[in-house]
Amino acid sequence: MSNEVEIPELGFFGLLRFAWRQLTSMRTALILLMMLGIASVPGSIIPQRISNPIAVRDFFEKHPGTSAIYDKLSLFDVYGSPWFSAIYILLFISLIGCVLPRAVEHFHAMRAQPPATPRNLNRMEHHSLFAANGDALKVAESWFKKNRFRMRITADSISAEKGYLRETGNLLFHLSLILILVGVSFGSLFGMQGEAIVNTGERFVNVPTSYDTLTLGKLTKDSDLSPFTITVDKFIAKYDPKTNMPQDYTTYVTTTNKGVTKKQVIKVNSPLTFGSTRVYLQANGYSPIVTVRDSLGNVSFQGPVTFLPQDGNLRSIGAIKVPDADPSVGFVASFLPTFERTKTMGGVSIYPELLNPRLLFSIWSGDLGLDSGVPQSVYRIDTKKMKNLGLGSVGVGETFKYPGGTITLEGVEPWVNLQFVDDRGKGFALAGGVAAILGLLTSLYGRRRRIWVRVNGSQVEVAALAKNNAPGLESEVANLVESIK
Amino acid sequence: MNTTWAYTSNYFVYSAMALFTLSFIAHTFETAWAVRAPENADATDGTLLVKTLDYKRTEKTARIATAFMILGTLLLFAAIVARGISAGHAPWGNMYEFSITGAFAFSLAYLVALRKYDLRWLGLFISFSVLITLGTAITLLYRNSSPLVPALKSTWLLIHVSTAIICGGTFLLANVIAGAYLYLERFEEAGARPVWALRIPSLETLDQLSYRLVAFVFPLWTFSVIAGAIWAESAWGRYWGWDPKETWAFITWVAYAAYLHARVTVGWRGRRAAWLCIFAGSTFLFNYVYINVWGTGKHTYSGLNQK
Ligand code: HEM
Repeated sequence: MSNEVEIPELGFFGLLRFAWRQLTSMRTALILLMMLGIASVPGSIIPQRISNPIAVRDFFEKHPGTSAIYDKLSLFDVYGSPWFSAIYILLFISLIGCVLPRAVEHFHAMRAQPPATPRNLNRMEHHSLFAANGDALKVAESWFKKNRFRMRITADSISAEKGYLRETGNLLFHLSLILILVGVSFGSLFGMQGEAIVNTGERFVNVPTSYDTLTLGKLTKDSDLSPFTITVDKFIAKYDPKTNMPQDYTTYVTTTNKGVTKKQVIKVNSPLTFGSTRVYLQANGYSPIVTVRDSLGNVSFQGPVTFLPQDGNLRSIGAIKVPDADPSVGFVASFLPTFERTKTMGGVSIYPELLNPRLLFSIWSGDLGLDSGVPQSVYRIDTKKMKNLGLGSVGVGETFKYPGGTITLEGVEPWVNLQFVDDRGKGFALAGGVAAILGLLTSLYGRRRRIWVRVNGSQVEVAALAKNNAPGLESEVANLVESIK
Repeated sequence: MNTTWAYTSNYFVYSAMALFTLSFIAHTFETAWAVRAPENADATDGTLLVKTLDYKRTEKTARIATAFMILGTLLLFAAIVARGISAGHAPWGNMYEFSITGAFAFSLAYLVALRKYDLRWLGLFISFSVLITLGTAITLLYRNSSPLVPALKSTWLLIHVSTAIICGGTFLLANVIAGAYLYLERFEEAGARPVWALRIPSLETLDQLSYRLVAFVFPLWTFSVIAGAIWAESAWGRYWGWDPKETWAFITWVAYAAYLHARVTVGWRGRRAAWLCIFAGSTFLFNYVYINVWGTGKHTYSGLNQK
């Protein structure tokens, strides 16, 4: 005999089949699952663009070297990165390849009869042997029927099984994971997500140009946006006077959709719904309304300017850009809803409501850089090419005079940041979640067990076996024995 | 907000701490007294002088210890109710409130389980950890009772947080038992258990118990995460956003799924399973402590950063 080990010729398809079998093995699935867990860790430590773009920008400023490397590795977009996607797509495939065949197998097994009674029952658990008394098999059969066991009946024995629900639940659970993944991917392909800041009194029209940011799903088009409008009539915020913590936000709006005009309310936990699009109240802040005049008294700018809140008391920063003045003027400003002067920090806000609003600014003249083609933040001014004309501050109704013109704070109005989300996959994800719980419950609490009864002349033999452990099996068998005796 | 009720709540917490201290002391005495030197200590026939445990004579002490704990748990419940009245909502708005509710759930779980199983050996540990939790809560984490920020005003919050607290308590209990397993296994391998540990169930029972606890709460944890997602959908417009807190809830879920798999399908038992159980439990603790206190994201409601 030769000692040569025969290496099977795999060929291309053989190799493919081998790879598929490896990928869909349970071990691979579990390793992928663990990898998914580990891969999600960096995203909870390193700031992420989707949730905290400002922190990402700060990180870049602080660690320019590291952040370039991080960025190459997609560490600022972990959950959309190629490697993260690769893991969950592989897991998805593995799960399908692993669970679907098992589901088919289980479906057949559920309709088949239980396996035949083994020859040696005395090696099983809960074995007992006692004298027959009447027709033991008939009694056992009706007991099994009453307790809804499935049976294989032969001339001298019954093999009964119960608890297939455990396996059904287990499969339901694993299949539901696939459903959740489907829901998540569907939502990202067909949905959209956008944000827009709307001043009170302004109207939002649902077209792409109205958004400050807008992300469309990969298979969504601009024209898929449904044609509704929202006019923000009033925004009311309530705060706790002791802790300054917000207690309630309410936005009163007038909406039009498909020719119907309605008065509606948006609150933090109760969004508006237009078809599959929902509108959420995300944040709020103030827009000072200012008028800038030149030295002759001609208005060169007038209107509300959106300011960005910086802390819980709504100290806000912003920029008033007046390109129409000659030369151009810019105000780098902060707005304080309840102004107070402190020794250490200068002007601060001590309460989020408009109790003593004040606008503080430094005045710059020169090139605002608006024509340079580089996109600019509306909240900041690049003052490198500008000349400082001094500092100033105004309360509501006050006018400040600077060399070359005046600035007046006419009033202040609140703005709201609305978030628009169209997620058509969330129904699937929710259904998957519910199915997962149901599956888990039946699987974890289900008890799969077999019981056999054999009549051998004047002797009756009973035995049982639990697939995993099945507490209570002993008393169940005792009950059966009782009814046969 | 009602200050009188808030003060009342604090008094209840202090009184509960006193009772848990008494319970802890009683449990210590119980364990110490039960250790008995052999009666024939002066025997000269060379037999090994093995100490034994005799719980008959400490039966009364044990009852007293449990009675203290029941009273303490009732007071803690009163404290939570009073806190809720003072704030005008279920008192789960900051980390102090999570902690006292968690301590309550933990001791309640023990007392309920005690009715069915002989778990008194755990009492020493339970009273001690409740004491530590309450102490930390009232000194380091204490925040004035206050109304909820708007995002937290939701029924799903109640469901999400209460189930998460129950899961946390149970995960912790499973970890303690797995820890006891690992600790005692070392002794058993070297020979015998220390005398005071004789009453603790067999290694096999401990192994089963920690698995049972995890298997029992895993569906609830799944539900809690889903309830959180439903709440996030209504508050923030997305049901899942990989916020640090959400990410770690997911990691905990994955870790326990791996643990269940290792046990049910691969057949892990004993030491390896215990370590995996402890690892999974630590991801939960990490989420609770680290992300609440030092983390960023939408979920930092500990109230520790507010002035
Ligand atoms: C891909 C192949 C997989 C196979 C063949 C598989 C198979 C199984 C089996 C046989 C059980 C034990 C059922 C029982 O007797 O109770 C089980 C349990 C479990 N599996 Fe999987 N599994 C796979 C992937 C996964 C994945 C990816 C996850 C998690 C995301 C997961 C989560 C669970 C959980 C939590 C349990 C315990 C609860 C229960 O018993 O139903 N499995 N799995």
